[in-house]
Amino acid sequence: MSDDAPAPTAAEYADGSVGYPMHPIGPDGHAPVGEVALTGRAGTVETWTESTATPPGVRAPNLLAIVSFDLPGGPVRMIGQVDADAVAIGDRVHLGPPTQLREPDSGLRPTAVQSYVGHRFVPDED
Amino acid sequence: MFVHMDRVAIVGAAMTRFGKRSGWVAELLTEAAEATIADAEIDRAQIDHVYVANMASGEFEGHAGIANRLVHDCQLIDAYCARIDQTSASGGAGVYAGWQAIASGAASCALVVGAEKMTHRSTAEATDVIASLTHPVEYQHGVTLPSFAGLAARAYLHRYDAPRESLAHVAVKNHRNGVDNPHAHFQSAVDLETVLSSPMIADPLRLYDFCPISDGSAGLLLMSESLAREVTDRYVVITGIGGGTDTHVVHERPDPTRMGAVVTAGERAYAMAGRRPTEVDFAELHDMFTILEFLQSEDLGFFEKGHAWESTMAGVTARDGRLPINPSGGLKSKGHPLGASGVAQVVELVTQLRGEAGARQVDGAVGLACNVGGFGNCVTTTIVEAVS
Repeated sequence: MSDDAPAPTAAEYADGSVGYPMHPIGPDGHAPVGEVALTGRAGTVETWTESTATPPGVRAPNLLAIVSFDLPGGPVRMIGQVDADAVAIGDRVHLGPPTQLREPDSGLRPTAVQSYVGHRFVPDED
Repeated sequence: MFVHMDRVAIVGAAMTRFGKRSGWVAELLTEAAEATIADAEIDRAQIDHVYVANMASGEFEGHAGIANRLVHDCQLIDAYCARIDQTSASGGAGVYAGWQAIASGAASCALVVGAEKMTHRSTAEATDVIASLTHPVEYQHGVTLPSFAGLAARAYLHRYDAPRESLAHVAVKNHRNGVDNPHAHFQSAVDLETVLSSPMIADPLRLYDFCPISDGSAGLLLMSESLAREVTDRYVVITGIGGGTDTHVVHERPDPTRMGAVVTAGERAYAMAGRRPTEVDFAELHDMFTILEFLQSEDLGFFEKGHAWESTMAGVTARDGRLPINPSGGLKSKGHPLGASGVAQVVELVTQLRGEAGARQVDGAVGLACNVGGFGNCVTTTIVEAVS
């Protein structure tokens, strides 16, 4: 759909801690010093839900998960849509290609403020 | 540091009927303000600060500056006024602003009024207004507050081996309490089967796990205890109040079943009041979703983490239990007009402590209200006590 969505990266701070999304000021009180790519890594589903009452421009049902990636600096968690019919706690997933997550200008935030292109979680092959 | 202070008293309290209302936010504000002033039986000229708790009058109906509108409509000209927005916790934040005004001596009589008008919007539109508090990396995925609740509920049930039915007990209890609250949006009981067979909204949570979208308003009138003694013999006292903030990026939290801001706000309120969780006689918690009643009652120290579900199923939190939770019916049955809810929680504490709650009256001299914004993003906890 679009390739203008930057691949999600975890911010790395001078004290070695990591997190997503980036905080302009990290837990150590300083700006981040680096980035760690989350694409190409396997993450674990910590919890999931399937939302049926979705806002304007959002698919229904909307399968969502919180996924944890184990990085050397600690676990980095991310929330996102899941590109599957079902998912379970403990499943292994990875980030798929950029895709249109929500119809532009359907929500309160205009596209000038908010990107609606991003990455869904895709279950790993067994 | 608060021991020798003149305490902050509540001398007036009122709420309007919650539900689908015909008035706009200005009318709702006026209705609650007038009822509150009437309840306090004071001269409105005494009011020198006005705080209007509201999340989104601009988004919902294109009306900004509603604190000025209230001052105009209720002839409170000259009073200082401000609108307080702290999302779903705007009401609690408004109470805190009023408390600060009195405790600091900046005001001698503060009117706090919370209101929201929501029902003229579709469910999808109202959900999106509320979801707009999320971080862009969440918002782009269509994340809503109900979906956060589904994620947390699944994690809770999985981790603590709690049955799905335990959440339904929260809905049944709070609907039962709401039957006896003439201001509640729903005044109808539901049974477990109805809850468990209602449409799935955010798996594993179903329609009856969620509060309704409501219009409504509520008000409080605050002054120092020394002044309160001169005007009424039916005042109660805010003995503790505290706030806290957690990351609003919910997935960043290390434990999806723990609300850090609830813990922090509770600790601060307990410390100010000199109270322990075991000394709270009843509580109004922010049950926007059934799972939130479990999380708050644990994070406030009423139950060990992972055990609120057992206590709920055993009837501990029922109106005739050891620790009644949400005798008003809670947000679940009373409704959740965003900016009004935190104020209405404290109105219920006042009503109970005065012994004026009628069929839903519970025993006790110490009440606690916990008002949660976002999904635990920002919290205000207030402890109110009767004067012996």
